[in-house]
Amino acid sequence: MDDALSAEAEMVHARPGRLREFWFYFRENRGAVIGLWIFAVFAFLALFGPWIAPHDATQQFRAATLQPPVWQDGGTWSHILGTDPLGRDMLSRLIVGARYSFFVGIVVVSIAASGGIIIGLISGFAPKWLDTIIMRIMDIILAFPSLLLALVLVAILGPSLTNAMIAIAIVLQPHYVRLTRASVLSERQKDYVTSARVVGAGTLRLMVVTVLPNCLAPIIVQAALSFSTAILDAAALGFLGMGAQPPTPEWGTMLAEAREFILRAWWVVTFPGLAILVTVLAINLMGDGLRDALDPKLKRS
Amino acid sequence: MLKYVLSRLATFIPTFIGVTLISFAFIRMLPGDPIVVMAGERGISEERYLELQQQFGFDRPIYVQFWDYFTGVLQGDLGNSFVTKRPVWDEFFSLFPATLELSVCAMIFAVALGLPAGVIAAVNRGKFFDRALMSTALVGYSMPIFWWALLLIIVFSGNLGWTPVSGRIDLLYYFPNATGFMLIDSIASGQDGAFTSALRHLLLPTIVLGTIPLAVIARQTRSAMLEVLGEDYIRTARAKGMSSGRINGIHALRNALIPVITVIGLSVGTLLAGAILTETIFSWPGIGKWMVDSIFRRDYPVVQGGLLLIAVMVMVVNLTVDMLYGIINPKIRKR
Repeated sequence: MDDALSAEAEMVHARPGRLREFWFYFRENRGAVIGLWIFAVFAFLALFGPWIAPHDATQQFRAATLQPPVWQDGGTWSHILGTDPLGRDMLSRLIVGARYSFFVGIVVVSIAASGGIIIGLISGFAPKWLDTIIMRIMDIILAFPSLLLALVLVAILGPSLTNAMIAIAIVLQPHYVRLTRASVLSERQKDYVTSARVVGAGTLRLMVVTVLPNCLAPIIVQAALSFSTAILDAAALGFLGMGAQPPTPEWGTMLAEAREFILRAWWVVTFPGLAILVTVLAINLMGDGLRDALDPKLKRS
Repeated sequence: MLKYVLSRLATFIPTFIGVTLISFAFIRMLPGDPIVVMAGERGISEERYLELQQQFGFDRPIYVQFWDYFTGVLQGDLGNSFVTKRPVWDEFFSLFPATLELSVCAMIFAVALGLPAGVIAAVNRGKFFDRALMSTALVGYSMPIFWWALLLIIVFSGNLGWTPVSGRIDLLYYFPNATGFMLIDSIASGQDGAFTSALRHLLLPTIVLGTIPLAVIARQTRSAMLEVLGEDYIRTARAKGMSSGRINGIHALRNALIPVITVIGLSVGTLLAGAILTETIFSWPGIGKWMVDSIFRRDYPVVQGGLLLIAVMVMVVNLTVDMLYGIINPKIRKR
């Protein structure tokens, strides 16, 4: 409480920077802060996983296949979370697997967001006919259930993690287009845009320098939420055999490999899914916090 | 109103043509020659190849092929499956009831639990119940449902032995598929235990498919309720001395329902995407499993036709939701 008060007092004195103000609101949401911490651990594992993991993720301990976790009968400390049907260390595979999910999230969101923002900006400033064409195309993409569309796209491109990422990015892109276009349309009405135009700003300058920064808040929230969607969809594709291919320790692929052993060895199924759930949950918690902190309309509700 | 309906329909038609074009184009882009794939490992002679190419029309210009396909679609002809040789249209509609039954049950499950959860959370805003329910909803919302399915199988089928792992009914029972809905058919058959068996097969897939809609509905109901509870007419009702049960149940919930119904309508696409995973895991003989199997078997006409039919279905549902929304809320009509 004291902390919050002094922070508030500070804010009265010094005109807070944008980041500072953001952090002030973000911090109020305890779930979001927890999410941020979990995400930080996840990012750390993604960067340094192979050096932290106790074993090589692909090394097969033939003497110890399907060994249970340490707290169960037959478990040993050398394989804390047990081993999979090929004798590979579960913990190491999970740790190394973090980087695939992280990578998927980063790449998919970058492609989908940058593409979507550019198309959305164009659509918002374009003459009506071009705008209509662009929005119809987005409607068409949105008419297909996202996972099905991604599945067919991967079937066309060939099953691999890269192609799964491309497919998911294409499927997620229309959301950014719609979001950007909607905020551009409402911002364009405002006086500051008109004055910028009167002063002589060209269309490109209006788009990128004047309007875009004021449309970013909802896009950032969407980016956080689609980060988790991307991880889920990539895992689902991996689970269906259309994402990362074995022996890659991608979490969804690990689940697919472990499926036939579910009734004999619960740990090979439980841990990869738990890793996906915790990661996605942390990102969604963060997304909720971001929305509260960035959206002035919701700030005090 | 008529103008609104017409303008919505006007956007429907180009989207429909586009969806047809995309599902047509996808199949042309798939690697591998469909005829060679169809011939399988036996190979195919040069003459037979040319003959088949002519039969399917693959030797003609691409726009002629599309025109043929498009006019065929309008007449309900989606081609025949390479594998079963049956018309795609027939296959789709013989499998569709299984998916529909599962989706309807999942939606009932989601609404029956999600609405009360959202209302309770909103009424107890900030208190323990609210926090517990909303945390649970967020977990449900983040759930990888294919893993959730496996966990449920471990617990309920493996450890407890309560539910079967796959299919729609025990092989013991056999009766004609009158409606295609197993729950109805099993009652109609009059066989002892058939209905219970169908119900037990349905239980886990329903929970799995309903989990994400449940979480979405609970969250949406809560925020819609909170918004409505802040309105003046609620304060008026309270001032008149109306009981809080009546206020929450009748005044608030009724008005909060509009956005919730929209969410329910719009989650049809989510349900179908979820059905792909759920049906694959539980070997549920519906559209989702059929699509996945066809993609793996490279059964191009099925993938093409199924993609188109599913997209059109999503579009029709969205259009209906839009129209209903226009009827309920006149403000939306003017745009």
